[in-house]
Formats: sequence, C-alpha cells, structure tokens
Amino acid sequence: MKFAVVVFPGSNCDHDAQYATEHVLGQQAELIWHKDTSLRGADAVILPGGFAHGDYLRTGAIARFSPIMQDVKRFADAGGPVLGICNGFQVLLEAGMLPGAMLRNANLHFHCEHVHVRVEQTDTPFTRACSTVRPLKIPVAHGEGNYYAEPDVLARLEQNRQVIFRYVDAAGQATPAANPNGSLNNIAGICNEGRNVVGLMPHPERACELAVGSADGLVLFESAVRAVSEGACAISR
Amino acid sequence: MRARVFVTLKPSVFDPQGTTVAEALHTLGYANVKDVRQGKYFELDIDAASPAEAERVAAEAAAKLLANPVIESYRIEVDAAAHAEMVR
Repeated sequence: MKFAVVVFPGSNCDHDAQYATEHVLGQQAELIWHKDTSLRGADAVILPGGFAHGDYLRTGAIARFSPIMQDVKRFADAGGPVLGICNGFQVLLEAGMLPGAMLRNANLHFHCEHVHVRVEQTDTPFTRACSTVRPLKIPVAHGEGNYYAEPDVLARLEQNRQVIFRYVDAAGQATPAANPNGSLNNIAGICNEGRNVVGLMPHPERACELAVGSADGLVLFESAVRAVSEGACAISR
Repeated sequence: MRARVFVTLKPSVFDPQGTTVAEALHTLGYANVKDVRQGKYFELDIDAASPAEAERVAAEAAAKLLANPVIESYRIEVDAAAHAEMVR
C-alpha cells in the first residue's frame, strides 16, 4: 500500500514516518509538500510531527491553509484513513477535522520521554492490530499536548468511544501521575465520528525498531496496512 | 483604521502560563496581584469606511483565525485616532 506523508515547512518527523512505513514495514511512502494539491492516490495519509509554519499564532493554526489540506479533507470525508501525529494531531484539531484544542502542558515543561499509552478502541484503521491489554511504550515530545474540550464535547467523545489512546502507567492504569501534560481524562489520542481520522500526541514512528528503545509504535502502521488490505476503509474516490 | 484585538483563554480554561507569571509576581512581593491571565494582542490596519465596518472585519478575523473558539475569547477596540492620522 501507499502512505502519503505531508511535509509542512517545519515538519521534522516526516522522514521518521517515511522510514517506519517504507523501510521497516516495506510499504510505499511518498513525501508530499504542503503546496501540492494532490495526495496522488495514496491509501493512507500521515500528518507528521514537528512545528508546521513555526507554530506561529497557535500550533497547527496556519497549516490548515496549506493547499494540500483541501485534498486531505476530501480524502478524509471519503472515508480514507488519516493519522495525525503530535503536531499533525494539532493540525487536525485546528482544521476542525477532530474536536477540541491543545493547551500548554499543565506544568509548562516540554516533555520528551517514553510514556505508556493504552489503546482504548481497535475499530479504527490505525489500531486494528493493537491489543487493548498491554500498553504501548512510545515517546512523547511536545510542549502543547494538554488536550481540552468543552464538557459536553468531552462527554460525547467518551460516549461515542472516540478516545482511542490514554496515558497510563506501566501497569495500564490511567493515573494522574501517568499523565504527562494535564490532558482531560488522560487523553493521548482521539478519532472523529467516522473513526477514519485519528490523532495522537505520542510518536509511534519513533518507536518502530528495538534499536531505538521500543518497537511498540509499529503496530499502528501495521494496522493501517491490514485495514487497507482487508478493505476496511472504503474510499469513495 | 486600526483595530486592536485582545485574545485570552476563556475564564473556564486553566492558564498555566498566567498562573506561573502570577507566582513570579508574588515572589517579587506583589502579593496584591491576585490573578494573571496571559493572552495575545493583535493590531490590524484595516481599510474601512467606518469604525463599525472595521470592527466587523476585525471580529470576523478574530472568530475565524486569531482566536481558537474552543479555548479562547476575544475583545476588540477600534482606534479612531489612528484613523484620523491615516486620513491626514
């Protein structure tokens, strides 16, 4: 299958995402500049981490005006799988493709460390092959990952099972101590109502080989490969 | 015409930066500063026929881009003096 990895000015995890999907997983992965207007027939889209447009105004706020975002929206509306990682998640929030917003981390620290994340739901293209029992050990690296949504929006997210990833301790418990940034309900990642657009703050693409400390992140990309090969994402082009 | 747009986090949203600034002020001895809310300030020079029109444009800009309505609110001031200078 073919992944499209969108490159914004300031993206810095684009090559990691390409490496994980192409070199580690053996799939195709094409880097697509933000000024391009076509995803060129990709089966799944990754909005990578980094500092798109220098985080000017607010994280992700300017990226939604990048020309490629029109095709990303079209692709998502058609049911195509879209994964926003870290800054990519922030872009999806600012573009209105996922609900809520990011605040500065509660303790104002930039957190760069391995955390444990529990997969809450496996009925998304990026968690299809995941276990909900054993937490994933993957790194976070962000200053603004403190997920916020109005109480009614948060209640609806929980009710619709749109919380896909939660920060937990090594034993899998969602404790305040396991929450690196103050996110409501220990939320690390969510999906849209259609369940094909997923955003998360941790970096699965940085944890795809044991040589870098963990290979737990690979299962997200394996999930996408499985979802596409099994025809789970009916894209109406 | 100049519009000033002040963007701040909504009262219901915790502002860790403002809290930290307040604590720093307390350390400097300003115990009477009870709370600080940090925000953003924008100056928009707008080609508009009236202050009302400038305010309408600024409000649209704030709602669509300058503020994130999920977490932020905004306040607008239109500067008539800046308008007079531009007319001269």
